[in-house]
Amino acid sequence: MAEQRRLVLPGELIARGEYKLNQRDYMYVYVEGDKIYAAVPCVVTIKEKEIHIIPLESVYIPKPGDLVIGLVETFMLTHWEVDINSPYTAVLHASNVLGRPFIPSKDNLKDYLSPGDYVLAKIEVFDRTRDPVLTVRGDKKLGRITEGKIIEIKPSRVPKVIGRKGSMLNIIKGDTGCDIEVGANGRIWIRCPNKDLEDIVTLAINLIEREAFTPKLAEKVRVLIADEKHERGLI
Amino acid sequence: MSGGKSPVPLFKDGKRHDGRGPMDLRPIEMKVGVLNNANGSAWVKFGRTEVIAAAYGPREPPKFMSLPDRALLRCRYHMAPFSTDERKNPAPSRREIELSKVIREALETVVLTHLFPRTVIDVFVEVIQADGGTRTAAITAASLALADAGIPMKDLVAGIAVGKVDGHLVLDIDQIEDNYGEADMPVAGAVNLDKVVLLQLNGSLTPEEFNKAMYMAWEGIKKVYALQKKALEEKLRKEVNL
Repeated sequence: MAEQRRLVLPGELIARGEYKLNQRDYMYVYVEGDKIYAAVPCVVTIKEKEIHIIPLESVYIPKPGDLVIGLVETFMLTHWEVDINSPYTAVLHASNVLGRPFIPSKDNLKDYLSPGDYVLAKIEVFDRTRDPVLTVRGDKKLGRITEGKIIEIKPSRVPKVIGRKGSMLNIIKGDTGCDIEVGANGRIWIRCPNKDLEDIVTLAINLIEREAFTPKLAEKVRVLIADEKHERGLI
Repeated sequence: MSGGKSPVPLFKDGKRHDGRGPMDLRPIEMKVGVLNNANGSAWVKFGRTEVIAAAYGPREPPKFMSLPDRALLRCRYHMAPFSTDERKNPAPSRREIELSKVIREALETVVLTHLFPRTVIDVFVEVIQADGGTRTAAITAASLALADAGIPMKDLVAGIAVGKVDGHLVLDIDQIEDNYGEADMPVAGAVNLDKVVLLQLNGSLTPEEFNKAMYMAWEGIKKVYALQKKALEEKLRKEVNL
């Protein structure tokens, strides 16, 4: 099969024979014998023995180690329940946030995180049999989000926003001077020096989400940022 | 099959009451992504039968419903009060509950539910105009909506009904042929898997007739399946620029 991108629909044969697949790709294909079929509409590229799959739609399924942005939904006695834009609600334990054992008679969860707060966290454990557990330990940037703006995109577009080895993200960061954290669950946290730049970043990310499959997307994003900056008198 | 005599001759000189031959389908139209708020949606029209399907999920189910090893598939087939000649009571009838069940079971064979344990996938099908063959149109629309929502499945499912009118087997029967005919056999299948996922028969057919009816249905399913792929591609091509 030629090395080119093509659109495949559920039930269509992608390839036959020995191919390397990512663990995550088994959500988008199903294998029968030596045949690999598509299970969702996706764009595939076949390079020698590797199949690269980009689904058009997907839900976020947590994976230990993923950086996610969660929205605190409610608090229980010893933990918060956090919406991570996934079919599974995450749990954040009080002792993890406090960094010491939780003392029910002394500590009040409301003092640390309240419903409606965004938190930047990592998935600590998840095995599909129980709800994912979050952690805010181990990295200084993790924890409650107190400034900036959150943008939500489709989880399937996250790799596009990041780009190859972070190239797309570096373009946006470099051209606007904003600080951007991309959660694997499709939430993006941006912190900008001013409102205009924040709007420009939002427009750029929306462009990537909308036209994820256009060739020369990086160039388009650069042009968009430059145009918008010019229009707003920032250069 | 309401009995009595048909107001129009159902089969005359090799033509049916609407001028179709025995193997002809009604004009079929399909559109994918018609609803904004659903994860996936589709609109399917078989002649005067029109249905809209919406798919949601995988999402969090009510806790007591969740299954430990796979996603729960919920399906609702519903006829709009204005879809029939006489106003239909909007409350789910015995028939609608049954069709919801058979559609769900047909879809369960293709949807890869084991990928999302403890979640729920919802499919809602609303018949907005009924003129025979609504369950097959419903299942066709439902599988398109699921594909549009990005829910993993082994294959698309297409459906078609075969009927017997005035002793002749005909494909894709409409309301009149259903009411005054001798048999109605809806079939749905996944073409790539080469599997029948829904088969019902109302009326009576001889074994020979059944075999012929199955063959006819499969021919029809292949045509519907091709149209499904075309409709899905049409929507997605715009998105991916390929």
